[in-house]
Amino acid sequence: MEYVSPEGLRLDGRRPKELRQLKAQLDVLSTADGSALFEMGNTKVLAAVFGPKPTELRSQEDEKRAIIRCEYAMAAFSTGERRRRGKSDRRATEITKAIRNTLEQTIMTELLPRSQIDIYVQVLQADGGTRCACINAAFLALAVAAVPMRDVVAACAAGYLDSTALLDLNYMEDAGGGPDVVVAVHPNHSNRVVLLQQDNRVAVETFEEVMELAVAGCRAVADFMRGRLLEHTRALAAARAAGEDGGGGGGAAMEGDSGEELEDDEY
Amino acid sequence: MLQSKSFVKKTRRGHVVKVVREHYLRDDIYSGTPLDPECPPEACKLSGEAPHYLLVDTNVALHQMDLLEHAAVSDVIVPSVVLEEVKARNASVYQRLRQLAAADAKRFFVFANEHHRETYIKQEPGETPNDRNDRAIRVAAAWYTARLPTQKVILLTDDADNRRKAVEMGVEALSTAAYTRQRASDAPELQDLVAAAAAARGDAEGDAAAEGGKDAGGGGGKGRAAKRQRVYEEHRPMSEVTAGIKAGRYHQGTLRVNRFNSFEGWVGSESVGQDILISGRIDMNRAMEGDVVAVELLPEEQWRGPSNKLPTAKAEGAGATGGGEDALEEVPDGAHIAQVDPGEHYGEDAAAAGGGDKRPTGKVVGIIKRNWRTRGYCGSLQPLKAAGGSANHTQSVRFCPVERRFPYIRIQTRQAATLADKRIVVAIDSWEADSLYPSGHYVRTLGAIGDKETETEVLLIENDINTNPFTSAVHACVPPLPWSVSEADLADPSRADLRHLAVCSVDPPGCKDIDDALHVRRLPNGNFELGVHIADVTNFVHPGTAMDEEASARATTVYLVQRRIDMLPKPLTEDICSLRAEVERLAFSVIWEVTPDAEVVSSQFTKSVIRSRAALTYAEAQSRIDDARLTDELSTNLRTMNQLARILRRKRADRGALQLASPEVKFEIDTETHDPLDVGMYQVREANQMVEEMMLLANCTVAEFTLRHFPACAMLRRHPVPPPRQFEQLLRAAAAVGASIDPSTSKSLAESLDGCVRADDPYFNKLIRIMATRCMTQAVYLSSGEASVPEYHHYGLAAPLYTHFTSPIRRYADVIVHRVLMAALGLRPLPESLRDRELMHGVVDNLNLRHRNAQMAGRASVELHTLIFFRSRHVVADARVTKVRANGLIVFVPKYGIEGPVYLEDSAAAAAAASGGAGGSGGGAGGRKKGAAAAAADSNFVYDEEKQTVRSKDGSTHYTVFDKCAVRITVEEAQGNRRQLVLRLVPRSELPASEQMH
Repeated sequence: MEYVSPEGLRLDGRRPKELRQLKAQLDVLSTADGSALFEMGNTKVLAAVFGPKPTELRSQEDEKRAIIRCEYAMAAFSTGERRRRGKSDRRATEITKAIRNTLEQTIMTELLPRSQIDIYVQVLQADGGTRCACINAAFLALAVAAVPMRDVVAACAAGYLDSTALLDLNYMEDAGGGPDVVVAVHPNHSNRVVLLQQDNRVAVETFEEVMELAVAGCRAVADFMRGRLLEHTRALAAARAAGEDGGGGGGAAMEGDSGEELEDDEY
Repeated sequence: MLQSKSFVKKTRRGHVVKVVREHYLRDDIYSGTPLDPECPPEACKLSGEAPHYLLVDTNVALHQMDLLEHAAVSDVIVPSVVLEEVKARNASVYQRLRQLAAADAKRFFVFANEHHRETYIKQEPGETPNDRNDRAIRVAAAWYTARLPTQKVILLTDDADNRRKAVEMGVEALSTAAYTRQRASDAPELQDLVAAAAAARGDAEGDAAAEGGKDAGGGGGKGRAAKRQRVYEEHRPMSEVTAGIKAGRYHQGTLRVNRFNSFEGWVGSESVGQDILISGRIDMNRAMEGDVVAVELLPEEQWRGPSNKLPTAKAEGAGATGGGEDALEEVPDGAHIAQVDPGEHYGEDAAAAGGGDKRPTGKVVGIIKRNWRTRGYCGSLQPLKAAGGSANHTQSVRFCPVERRFPYIRIQTRQAATLADKRIVVAIDSWEADSLYPSGHYVRTLGAIGDKETETEVLLIENDINTNPFTSAVHACVPPLPWSVSEADLADPSRADLRHLAVCSVDPPGCKDIDDALHVRRLPNGNFELGVHIADVTNFVHPGTAMDEEASARATTVYLVQRRIDMLPKPLTEDICSLRAEVERLAFSVIWEVTPDAEVVSSQFTKSVIRSRAALTYAEAQSRIDDARLTDELSTNLRTMNQLARILRRKRADRGALQLASPEVKFEIDTETHDPLDVGMYQVREANQMVEEMMLLANCTVAEFTLRHFPACAMLRRHPVPPPRQFEQLLRAAAAVGASIDPSTSKSLAESLDGCVRADDPYFNKLIRIMATRCMTQAVYLSSGEASVPEYHHYGLAAPLYTHFTSPIRRYADVIVHRVLMAALGLRPLPESLRDRELMHGVVDNLNLRHRNAQMAGRASVELHTLIFFRSRHVVADARVTKVRANGLIVFVPKYGIEGPVYLEDSAAAAAAASGGAGGSGGGAGGRKKGAAAAAADSNFVYDEEKQTVRSKDGSTHYTVFDKCAVRITVEEAQGNRRQLVLRLVPRSELPASEQMH
């Protein structure tokens, strides 16, 4: 199998260091406190956030910080073969932990003692890089729910096939058997790495190259999400201004600005 | 970061699931020519000065590769859709196309039309994928035409319909035939390279009359095709074949054609459980060696056994259905250099070892995958009946391949007269049911028939050996000469300084690539330190470099009688790596402490610097060992080493290691003419065995150590236990003379072989050993992750683990083993590629294939030189009967390592046949007479399979297997310009004393 042609094109026509097309839709579920639909190419993930709210089980309550609950599931129709995956299979458990772990480091849980945040991530369509898409979708949903966070968290994978480092592997490339490095970073904290997972062994020199590429990918994803959030906030502000009806252009602008500031604080 | 601007989803239907893939279209794909102002200079591949650009379609790429590879064809645009289609249909053509695209001089530009925003097209409703791809190619051509208004862009396609549609779009389109005609003035040889049959087929689909109808080649061929009746049964459609295989009606397998009888082949089938016999040309139904075929079993009453007669001119009576010109039949083969190829018996395949009993017999109903060589077939043209046809007119001629497994090939050529006495290369294009022979096209000329250089070239091509000089990229990896050990090497803490040791090497005379050296010294505690020092090739050949890739592809150095085709560039092979005498060289050393009883106390591995004291030949080493007066350090060391080697050998034999024999011969070559002056059996001295024993010890030690450290990716060499049926023939022959052989284990086999002696024939034991070697399977390399531990066993050496470590200059397997050992010692990290299972699988397969090809080429070279040797000589030689047949014998001539058939003819018939054969031009007639003679002999002789005896009816002569006999060896001209050795029985009284074997 040739994953990168001598002309430098990948199977789907991307060059080695290109991401797939990113798409995000915010606030797609009205019942959730925050929700987002995130797409990386053909991988499509829905995230919904409920909370912060009082802890449901007293025994789980933490008086210093909020507890994060996370549930990850793949829709039965998400892969080509229709297969029902339980919530408790090993892979799902692992991905759930990875997502929760990443978000626990990102959410300022110490600001919300005795509370709980529920995060549901559902893979609607899988084409490689699902855990990255899940983290990105969860972050967007948390931002929409106005949960205070230290920084943007963005995740991206990179691999190494045909002696070339490849960014954002799709399913075909993922199945190629090469190393697959998943990274999540806080871009405004000098790319602090909050998640690093790897399949297959890889030489140290190669790893560095792949890792660097994955981090660059994370930054690009972060820029995209930030843009989408700004747009969303502006739209909200505009809507509110319109709702208040005749509150005056200045007021609306103020709201918009404060909205932006609020978002910045959250980071 | 260039993000795609727009994208389209492409849907493909698999068996059940729907697979959706993204397909990004781009703006940054350029035309690759300096004529296009938008194309950045670094993306330019095509020349701005080319008279025109060619854009090829898939069928041209698939069938006209030889044309495209010609130096006169350059500046070609290959749309990526063509590449993809070629890749899916023929991997080897794809490789060739990729090589063309990579070559700078050819200027082949791959245009990624499928990802270009302006040339991507969607499949329209009702449009077949083929039509869609054809349209995509036309769109790409149109894009180029519009993009480069000043340049002529020609779409090269043999599909007339495609051409018509292209012209409608304003694109200039030509067929290959028309294109080569246009270029007849500047490159006339292009016309012969066109695969006429493939082109004609394409034309026939469209309106051929519009163009090329007057073309002598295509027109003539078609005219005859119409008249000719069908020769072969049509192949069943692929859907029916697949269904049939699934239902068990047909059986799938790879066809192996008998090397010595081109009308007989075997198809290995798992579903039947044993090999299926395919007998005769009609049942073979156009399948050729290596093709994957579907076979239908014949009813049981039609089952046949493999022939218990030697093939004669009347062979199998097949093929006579053709027209008059095809009535000539192939005559039986002459003598061959004896094959010690494990698993192959003279005269029939291993599977046929059962003898005359009936075997499942079948006929080919479909060909699942053709194994036609893309590199072509070597051979020569059949002499033309009449000198008709002017020099420059296209003629249809028959081409006879040198390899007897392949049928004749019909080609069209304008240069029949000039090619008559040449060896040429021809490629096969197709084989229609109405044609007795496949049709092909001329590729290139190698030289005059019989010329040593030409014939050597032939055997190299036949065995697919790369003789191209190393590329400049490879040479760039070689350190400059003069090279010497540097301070840095000496200062390296992981490199031991062993220059003080009395190391020496022992090799055949004239050996320049010395990759092993030895030393021994007494330790204070009474034990010995034994060292094997191997050239440190991996210090120079680094993974992933151009040199590494080239070495990996070549896999082995090929040794011919007078020529060596190196795996590594000459400076490395002969100087930098070679452990020559009196110079400091880098080595990888294995050092053992052994007791005087040759028990290994400890072993260690280290990189080292050594200084060899002497590069000895086997003969020199032997005389030093034998001459007790020599008491210098080297001689005494050699003696000690020899003692230890003897003990090691005995221990190995006790474990059940086999001592086999090969009929190797050695030539004495005239220094001026380079012709062989003399030939004789290769003498194996004790010194050879001593070196061999040391190497075995080193290899076993390394195998154990590397496997312990890397259980999943150590490179090993295994020798599978031969299946018992391979011994059947040997057992029967041995039983006939009262010798018993027990092949149940290697130990029992070794012991029973030791017991095979005959007082009256000292050579008998060796002969039995040579024959036993043929019962073996081939030893193969494997990556340890691919098999389970019991499968690592080496049968012949009776060793649980074995590998190749000791010849890294000439074998790539050893290079890999060196790397694994370095990683196990923590000197270097294990190269990533060694962990890649799929990649390693490919590498190992290639090693095994190349290793085998190199052996075959070496033997073919010996055969060629034997032929040259006998050209001017008539010799009567001592021979032994190795097989008895109803109408003849297979005899083996130990002195010359020749094995071949002799016919039991009465003298009159023999004379007739001899005159026919000697007549040369009347080869066919001679063959027939010989056939008649054989038939006559058939009635005069009685064959007793049980006793392996044939006797004449009047009782005057009889032959039993292993009998001594005498043969006259001559060279005769056979059909198809194959010169061959012919053996004839003569009374033993004619045997000169000098030729007698003792």
